[in-house]
Amino acid sequence: MNNFSYTQIATAKEATGRLKDLPQAAYIAGGTTLLDLMKANLLEPPQLVDINLLPFKGIEQTKDGLRIGAMERMNAVGEHPLVKEQFPAVSESLLLAASPQLRNMASIGGNILQRTRCGYFRDAAFPCNKRVPGSGCPALTGDHHNLAILGVSDTCIANAYPGDLSVALVALDAVLTLENAKGKQRQVPMTEFYLLPGTTPQRENVLEPGELIVAVTIPTTAHAKRSTYLKVRERASYAYALASAAVGLDVQSGTIRAARVALGGVGAQPWRSREAEKALVGQPATEATFKAAAAAALQGAKPREHNAYKVELAQNTLVRALQQVAGA
Amino acid sequence: MQSDLFPDAQPEASRPADGSRRSFMQQAGGILGFALASPIASQAETLAEKLGPNNPVVSGASPMQLTINGQVKNLTLEPRVTLLDALREYLDLTGTKKGCDHGQCGACTVHVDGQRINSCLTLAVMAKGKQITTIEGLAKGDDLHPMQEAFLKHDGFQCGYCTPGQIMSAVACVQEGHATTDGQCREWMSGNLCRCGAYPNILAAVREVAARG
Repeated sequence: MNNFSYTQIATAKEATGRLKDLPQAAYIAGGTTLLDLMKANLLEPPQLVDINLLPFKGIEQTKDGLRIGAMERMNAVGEHPLVKEQFPAVSESLLLAASPQLRNMASIGGNILQRTRCGYFRDAAFPCNKRVPGSGCPALTGDHHNLAILGVSDTCIANAYPGDLSVALVALDAVLTLENAKGKQRQVPMTEFYLLPGTTPQRENVLEPGELIVAVTIPTTAHAKRSTYLKVRERASYAYALASAAVGLDVQSGTIRAARVALGGVGAQPWRSREAEKALVGQPATEATFKAAAAAALQGAKPREHNAYKVELAQNTLVRALQQVAGA
Repeated sequence: MQSDLFPDAQPEASRPADGSRRSFMQQAGGILGFALASPIASQAETLAEKLGPNNPVVSGASPMQLTINGQVKNLTLEPRVTLLDALREYLDLTGTKKGCDHGQCGACTVHVDGQRINSCLTLAVMAKGKQITTIEGLAKGDDLHPMQEAFLKHDGFQCGYCTPGQIMSAVACVQEGHATTDGQCREWMSGNLCRCGAYPNILAAVREVAARG
């Protein structure tokens, strides 16, 4: 790693002020993404600003839903009784991710901001439009077996968010509270937080420079309570998703009243599928309905040679997740 | 050859008395590190002038204290030194292993304030003021920790490289209440890889300790 300087602050004002003075500095919370990338010399911030003392903690019921502080750690949130009871998909998405050690270190805010696992992004020897805009995308014709089939462009086919939590948050209409250098807070729905690659894959989300994630609030609903996160991968544990599905259903007398669907591992961003939801609402909670929804979800897929398997895999994953939650 | 690697290093005469490769590398690395630090350090130093004494900016090798296995250790470390390297290279506590250095194998698992974490992705400077427990801190003199005894009883290792991390992870896993069934134990020990394939025996050891309560 480069020989950076280090400081620790205790207030959001000091944190954002530090980034304003030194825009190339980086915040560090758990450090599990940041230090990994710094060890590979992909990031070389001159200063790390330790934000672990920020008061962005707590898991509490509010009128808008369950509010989770951005500095909470993955294990603590995943095992919290209120999260397990009200949002099983969120709990499962957390506890199926990474490893127990990493989950003790990694913050909620940091997890939302994790970077792609594309092998070309992660190796500075290769060109990469995300890392060096305009340099090219070797993944288009190279090894893209783990990369995205939805929302991609000819500039970038990475799944910019390869993790799990955001897929569940996107499905369940979670809202982020952000704070900028002027101390101003704003609410951004998770469904509007990530940006598609288009011609600017280096811009992955709507954060302003130095802006902090304060909290995430998930609205309490019937379909959130009856939710699940299904993760399909090459190993039984400790691996990223090839395809995953976060689903929630409100079923009354065998008919679907409300549905939420988001796919992971297959999109350039966590893939909320309104198409699938439209194919579910008002229909009987049966396998035929679920298969139709899955077909609708993958309609716009743009598979390439080595990730074409994801089309069928994602459909089957979605059907199975819906079956699991309907059977509950 | 060494002069190619460390052009600024002192000649033979100033080698440390014990002549060990590790202590030579520490000394040479320190000199090289200082030589490279200047351009980035000066930018951060200018910033330090603006900041008050409440938020010091740590730049370059600085003194700090780490509490390891109940003992306070005084170290002088750059901010970029990981807890793993602080333990192995500066404190001669080589029980904790470097397997992948990227948080992907668990060989570097230690406890910080009672929680199991990967020390390779932890900065030493960020572990100040916390209780750090390593594999060396489990036994009480000649009395092994029950988990160490269980690993011996069940032959829970072959080459032994993943073993300290496995044991540290296992102790926490049992304390967390995550070893009550085989399935749960496998899932909550999945952050520790073993290339020798000692998993069935590791599982048996952890489950026995968990069952004892």
